[in-house]
Parts: sequence; structure tokens; C-alpha cells
Amino acid sequence: MVAQGIFLGWGQFTIQLGNLIVIIAMVVLFVLALLLPFPGGRGRR
Amino acid sequence: MSAEQGSGSRIVSWTGRFRERSLKALPPEKLLPETQPSYVASWIYVFGMGSIAALGYVIVSGCVLALNGPAWYHVSAFGHFINSTHLWSVELFFMFMVIHLWGKFWMASWRGGRALTWITGVLAFVVSIVTAFTGYLLQTNFDSEWIAFQAKDALNAVGVGAWFNVANLGQILMWHIVLLPLAVGAVVVLHVLLVRAHGVVPPLEAAETDSQLRNLQLRDAAGTLETGEGDLS
Amino acid sequence: MTTISRRRTAGPERPDRRGKDLDRGPWRGTVREYDLIKELVYALVVVGLLTVGLAAVVGSPDDAPVTLQQWATTAPSDFVATATAELGGTSDTAQYGPPYNSTQGASQTLGPIDLQSLSGVRLPIDTAQDFVVGPLETLPQPPAGLAVWNAASDTQRTDWTAAYSDALSKAPDGDPAKVAAGNYGPVPGLDSALLVMAQKGALEGALDGGTAAGLDRTKTVLFLGDGTYFPGLADSQHLTGDQWGMMNETGNYPGQSWLWLFSFWYQIPPFNSLANADLVIVGIMVLLTLALMFLPFIPGLRSIPRLIPIHRLIWRDYYRRR
Repeated sequence: MVAQGIFLGWGQFTIQLGNLIVIIAMVVLFVLALLLPFPGGRGRR
Repeated sequence: MSAEQGSGSRIVSWTGRFRERSLKALPPEKLLPETQPSYVASWIYVFGMGSIAALGYVIVSGCVLALNGPAWYHVSAFGHFINSTHLWSVELFFMFMVIHLWGKFWMASWRGGRALTWITGVLAFVVSIVTAFTGYLLQTNFDSEWIAFQAKDALNAVGVGAWFNVANLGQILMWHIVLLPLAVGAVVVLHVLLVRAHGVVPPLEAAETDSQLRNLQLRDAAGTLETGEGDLS
Repeated sequence: MTTISRRRTAGPERPDRRGKDLDRGPWRGTVREYDLIKELVYALVVVGLLTVGLAAVVGSPDDAPVTLQQWATTAPSDFVATATAELGGTSDTAQYGPPYNSTQGASQTLGPIDLQSLSGVRLPIDTAQDFVVGPLETLPQPPAGLAVWNAASDTQRTDWTAAYSDALSKAPDGDPAKVAAGNYGPVPGLDSALLVMAQKGALEGALDGGTAAGLDRTKTVLFLGDGTYFPGLADSQHLTGDQWGMMNETGNYPGQSWLWLFSFWYQIPPFNSLANADLVIVGIMVLLTLALMFLPFIPGLRSIPRLIPIHRLIWRDYYRRR
């Protein structure tokens, strides 16, 4: 076996660093998508 | 067919009826629109397309891996890189798909006869999970070896372990590169066609009195509307 | 615009139905320019850069799989103890039930539901024959003990393997060389012949496929899993089911994080101690998936987006200008 992962845990709950990063990135993208102003295409009609 | 020519004549062939029904459900300008309702203005709307783009890379990188076989990436640096693009396009695919799902949930996008769109979306998510799972079994490394040992229990407990034998590389390979991609592809295509056919759901609590709709009502009242040529209603 | 000509002619005004009609008909209000193909191309560029960038910088895992040769060389005592259990029919695989064998009461049930037995014994495995005796018979010079084993009665075989298993567990470090003398029949000889066969790397082929193409690794994987060496390695990598292993990948690479909810049930009581945990948890996940799928028809749940107005953020421009 080569690499050992980094695991963060609170009691019964543990999460591997790679998974945590992916999940945080997903939540951040979601929040940004809600908050950032959308560059409006020119309205018509 | 002469039956198709001239307005008023009935179309009797199955092909003709299929074409007319398809065109009615999804006319070209609905399939490939150049405008969208003014409320379609948020970054949350880009994640559906992001998922499709990621799926495209999943398929392309998967095709390259398929051409070289599942053991190629162990011995070739280029193969390992392609394997990495396959992994990361899958991770991005799931990230975008989940954000898309969250967004559609908070918009209650199943309103107005769009329940089937929602259902096919959830189905696409579920089938993708199964497909990804079979991909993890094809790594032919320590991880896949362990998954093959551990995952058998849940599959055996529900009685499908013989047809979905996680320790049988050949069988899982067929699931991963034939059966499940067909399913994912079909469900995604259906989902996208349904989205285009029904259009993007209007905002919650939108009303005819909103200014975005009022101007048009005025024009309706003034009778400036185009004539109903080709009106299908 | 053609969309306008296709709109449904409005019926008599019914104020209470307005919202619903707005959802159903084609949008008749203001529009903005939107280029589907441009969006697709932009998405392909952005996702392509992200994919290639992450692949180049982070890469993907590839720890070599465990072989029987590696197991027999690194942990011979564990290998011998496992081989004895396979011979005696006391290993996990030997007592698994369907689809490998018909051990009574081994399948996971929920009340009258017994899906595991429904499929029947589709992948029959007799651990003594398939994992030990059969492979040894393929050797150019099979051990002499084979004839003794084959001629013995079932009771005799069980007595031998039980006695040897017991003696192995009492020996220092489980070392076969330090086992006390006893009546173990041909079992120690068969075990050590199998050990040598595995150490030479000849066992895998004999277990799965033999001369045929080795696509099906079922027996190798089950044999490996019956020992403690392979599960121990998985445990050290946080891959086992009771440590959220379903989600995890080796090293720090992200795994199947979308299985978090499936994995979650295996961590908490009462599920983590149920004999039929797999069946119960799969059942829960099927129900939850159906609930998500049919959410539009479930009163209460489908109203959550109205009650928690995140849509006010998404459509803030629309609401501001209405």
C-alpha cells in the first residue's frame, strides 16, 4: 500500500479529505450560483 | 405522400403521424431556442448544461479507455492520465448534477406538468450512481478488489448478486460499457427533450399582473398579435 | 415570434387559476436572448479545462491489488488458518448461503421477505473442493494427503479440521510450525501444499478459470476476504463498511461521495448491528429514492420550496421588476 489518506472525524462520523473537499466545493458553487449576479443578456420585447 | 400536401388533408401513415406529433410536441424553435423567458437569469441555470458537458468528457475519456482495455492505465503514463480525466469528469458530472438537483428542488421545477422531467432527472442520477459504481469495480486495483469483496453482500441480500456479480470482471465490464451507458444516455436524452418541450418553469408566485406579462396582455388587447397561421391549438 | 402564434387562446378569466395556467402554457411574457449552442460550447471549454487540470494536478489512484501470492508470503499463518476453515466448511464463504451455497438460515430476511434465497444457488461454491482440494489436484505432483482426505468420511474431515483450527488458534502467533501434536489427519499437509502453491503464484489461476481467461475473480476475492490479511489492509485504508468505506477511495482521492446516505445507515444503531443490515438499508434507500423521484406528488415535501424561499434569491430580478 502506498498512500495513506487524511481523515477528519467527530466520533462516529469520519470523512476523507478528498471527499470533504469535493462536498465543500459543491456547496460553495451552489451558494455562489445563488448570490452572484448573472450577466444579463440584452432583454427583448 | 400526397396526403401530406395541402392543408386540411389527413395524414394516415404511421410515419407521418409520428412526425406531426413530434413536431407538435417539440417544434424546432423550441428544441433549439434563441430566446428564453426573462426570468431565466441566474447562475443556477448553467449546471444542467455543465452536467451534460461533463458527461461528454466522461464518454470520450471512457471511449479512449475502452479502446485500450481496463488494464492499460496501469502500464502507460498516458493511459493513467486518461484514467484521471475519466475520474475527474465523473466527479464534476456528479457535482454539477447535484447542484442542478438542488437548484431545481428550490425552484419547485416540477410544477405545471413537469413531473416527468423531474422523475427522469432523478432517474438519471440513480442510473449514473450505478454506472459509476461499476466503474469503480473496473479499476483493477486494490480499491476495486476491496469493493468487489464488500459490495457483494448488499447485492446478494436483495437477490441480484448472480447477475450483478461484483467479483466477475467480465460481467461488470459489460454492465459498465454497454448496458448502463445505454441507460444513462437514453434517460438523459429523454430528460433534455422534456425540458425543451415544457420550457423552463416560471417563478413561484408569478402572476398575469406582473410587468413581465402585462405589456404583452396590452398588445394582445390591442390586437397586434400575428395571425394564427400554423396554429396547432 | 412563432411561440406567440402557438400560444393557447385564453379562456374565460379565472383569477384563482392564473398561476397554474402560467406554469402550463408557453411563456408569453418578456424574453431575453439566449444561445443554447454558445452555452454548450462555453460549458465544454470550462469543464474541459477543469477536467484536464484536475487530472494533471491531482491524478487518480492506482494501488496494486492484493494477490494470493502476496498474502501467502506476507501472512502465511493467516493463510493456513483460512485454508483450514475452507476445508472444514467454517469460513464466511462456506456458511454464506445463496448465491454460493444453501446454508440453512444464512440469508438476510425481513419478515417473510427472503430475496437472497429467491435467486437460488447461482454461483455454487464448495469451499473445501473449490478452494483447496481442486487446486491441489491440478498440481503435477499432488500431495499424498489428498487421497486420505478424499477417502475419509464427512465426520472424520470435520474432526480433523476442527482440531487443527483449534490447535492453530492456540499456537504462538498462529504459526503452523509451532502447533502442538494432535490428530489432524492430512489437513496440515494439504494446507502447507496449498501455501507453497500460493507462494509460487500458481493458486490464482487454479481458483478462477485455470487455463481459461481469468475474467471472473469470484473465488479469489472470496478466499482473500475469508482471511484477516486483506480486510486488515482495507481497514487501514478506511475502506470497510463501518468506517464510511463505501464512500472512500485509497489515499486522499475523492471516492463515491454520492453514496453518503447509503453509507450513513451502516454507521448508526440499530443498523450497524443488524444481521440483515444490507437488506434493511437497501430497502430504506429504495424507499427514499422513490420518495425523491415522486416528490412532486408528496404533500408537505413538495411545499418546502415555497416555505423556505430560496427561490426569492434565484429569481430576485424577476420579483424586483414585477
